[in-house]
Amino acid sequence: MSKYLTLLILSVGIVFISACGDSRIHSHGVYMLVDTSGTYDQEMNKASKIINYLLATLNPGDSLAVAKVETRSFTEKDIIAKVTFDKRPSKATSQKRAFKTNIAAFAKGVKGSAYTDITGGLIQGAEYLNETKAGIKTIVVFSDMQEELGKGTIRNFPIKLDGIRIVALNVTKLGADNADPRRYLDRLARWEASVRKAGATEWVVVNDLENNLESILITR
Amino acid sequence: MKTWNPWLFWPNNVAFSVLALAVLAMLFLYAARKPMHGVIHSVCELLSQSMRFISRWLFLCADNLRLRNQSVLLAHGQESEATVIDREFERVGNIIRKDMQEFPALQRKMMEEATRIEDDYHKCREVPPPPPEWVSALESVAQIKSGGDIPRKLLEDINKSIQKIHDQTVAEFRRSYEERHKILKTMQPAWRSVEKLTGEMEKKMLTLQTNAKQIDGHMEKLEAIRAKDNKTEHALTVSGFVQLAISALVMVIAMGGAFINYKLIALPMSEMVGASDYITNNLKTSDVAALVIILMEASMGLFLLESLRITQLFPRIASMDDRMRHRLMLASLIFLIILAAIESSLALMRDLLVVDKASLLRDLASAAPPASDGLLTSIPMIGQMVMGFVLPFALAFVAIPLENVVHSLRTVIGVFLVQAIRGLGFVLRFTGLLFKRLAKVLELTYDVLIVIPLMIERWVIGIRAGSPGDMGNTEDKELSKLRRAA
Repeated sequence: MSKYLTLLILSVGIVFISACGDSRIHSHGVYMLVDTSGTYDQEMNKASKIINYLLATLNPGDSLAVAKVETRSFTEKDIIAKVTFDKRPSKATSQKRAFKTNIAAFAKGVKGSAYTDITGGLIQGAEYLNETKAGIKTIVVFSDMQEELGKGTIRNFPIKLDGIRIVALNVTKLGADNADPRRYLDRLARWEASVRKAGATEWVVVNDLENNLESILITR
Repeated sequence: MKTWNPWLFWPNNVAFSVLALAVLAMLFLYAARKPMHGVIHSVCELLSQSMRFISRWLFLCADNLRLRNQSVLLAHGQESEATVIDREFERVGNIIRKDMQEFPALQRKMMEEATRIEDDYHKCREVPPPPPEWVSALESVAQIKSGGDIPRKLLEDINKSIQKIHDQTVAEFRRSYEERHKILKTMQPAWRSVEKLTGEMEKKMLTLQTNAKQIDGHMEKLEAIRAKDNKTEHALTVSGFVQLAISALVMVIAMGGAFINYKLIALPMSEMVGASDYITNNLKTSDVAALVIILMEASMGLFLLESLRITQLFPRIASMDDRMRHRLMLASLIFLIILAAIESSLALMRDLLVVDKASLLRDLASAAPPASDGLLTSIPMIGQMVMGFVLPFALAFVAIPLENVVHSLRTVIGVFLVQAIRGLGFVLRFTGLLFKRLAKVLELTYDVLIVIPLMIERWVIGIRAGSPGDMGNTEDKELSKLRRAA
């Protein structure tokens, strides 16, 4: 009997020793790009709801960053708020409250930008997510996906989105899309091809924000 | 695509080529008939013998295992019965010791009661009325010869005196009876007391008698076990199965309790060890930590029951000296109380975390907080805390069914193992038999393939023998040979 007891103690010990593995591999990293160009800044309320959904869904240890899409978005200055939630649930809850307050403050004073640099935002998002070393990385693009680059902004080079899921949210139809739907479909197809070529693991479009929010995150 | 052309002597004439091949093959098979028969026989015999050998070995193993199971089962049964008998003797000893201590006092009490009853009885004896003195006076008066008023007067005086004495005597007699009745009345409680004492003694004697009967029953069982009686062995085996079923049921219920326990502390444990740490892909560290706490509680319960000698899974604990065992019992109990207190506080923390998360979700959804009733909302919290404190103690008792499972599982597995080995032995034996028969079947099948050369051979032998009769004899001999072989 004492032999079995020793074996049990040893196995429990081994389990505890193996518990010292890397925990980041199980965490989520989400980078949300919010389009503020043109008339899209009117959609900020919807964006806040999405952020709240993300805050409610993400767990301790996960990372979240929200950035705006500006004329040139490849800069940390465009990140409105970012956080890596504490491992303790109580601390993570207070971090979520603080994050919500930051976003609410931003939503009140949002200003529209002249151009829309989605690619720059994607590169910035990939950089942030790779730094977090999260196991599942997702870039959420809350935009109509109509990229308009300012003069001197160069984005026609291959980018790297290896191991990152791209989720396009609330891709609204423009006036011209209504006249010729092929423009809208071509735009989405172009973006899909572009991100897949860059190494993205998944391309998801979610327009039904009432019923299909679960598609934003992969549940563990 | 595989082509057959290289095998054909005349590729343009497939039929002839196939016929030529068949004839060649037949000739080859005919030439190799005896060695091939030998090979078939040898292989089949080898397989058959091997299987018979393995089968025999398996049956032997099954018998050995059965004997071993029997000895273990009987030893365990003997041990259990001996423990029960010990306990019964201890009980009887206690009764006798207790009652024997009481018997002198009881006897003295009864003697006192008897003396008192005797005294009272003596007091109650009827006192005869005093002798009538006036009878002799009357006789004297009657002897007076002279008449006149003197005798009449005397008689009247006597009458008066008699009346007076009679009244006094009657009054005395009544008073005396009254006193005796009073004494008899005081005797009543003494009689009742004696009756009660006798009843108590009878009851104790009856208990003693019942215990003696139980000991007799257990002794009979023990004797049967020692005599290795088949009936007793069967009864013990069945008892093992029943014990396993009951213990397994209790264990399942206990596991349900453990699961609720786990659910209570898994979330708050993430506050201690972190919610995002994983041991494997799906196994959270906090979940494992909660499980470890529950296992520790079960272990402490096990040690507590071991040190109380309720279970006997660890002989070393059972054989410890009483002081050491008492210390171990105290240590286990203290650890169990500490763990229960930890669990209770974790249950409280769980409630706080859940409330905090619900509040956050309400904030995120911009919903108004629900109207709260202080007493109603605190009931689940109190319930969780109480459950957190009580469940570890309830879990401690899982050691009793665990011990039963350990003991009865050995018997049950042993029985199944014996049956499985016997079944395998039977299958191998049957297969060996099949192989033995298969040799003859293969031999005959082989002969069917070379039937034409065999017919020619028989014909040639017939011609060489010189007469058709001889040929018939040869055929008969061949046939009888085949029959024998079959």
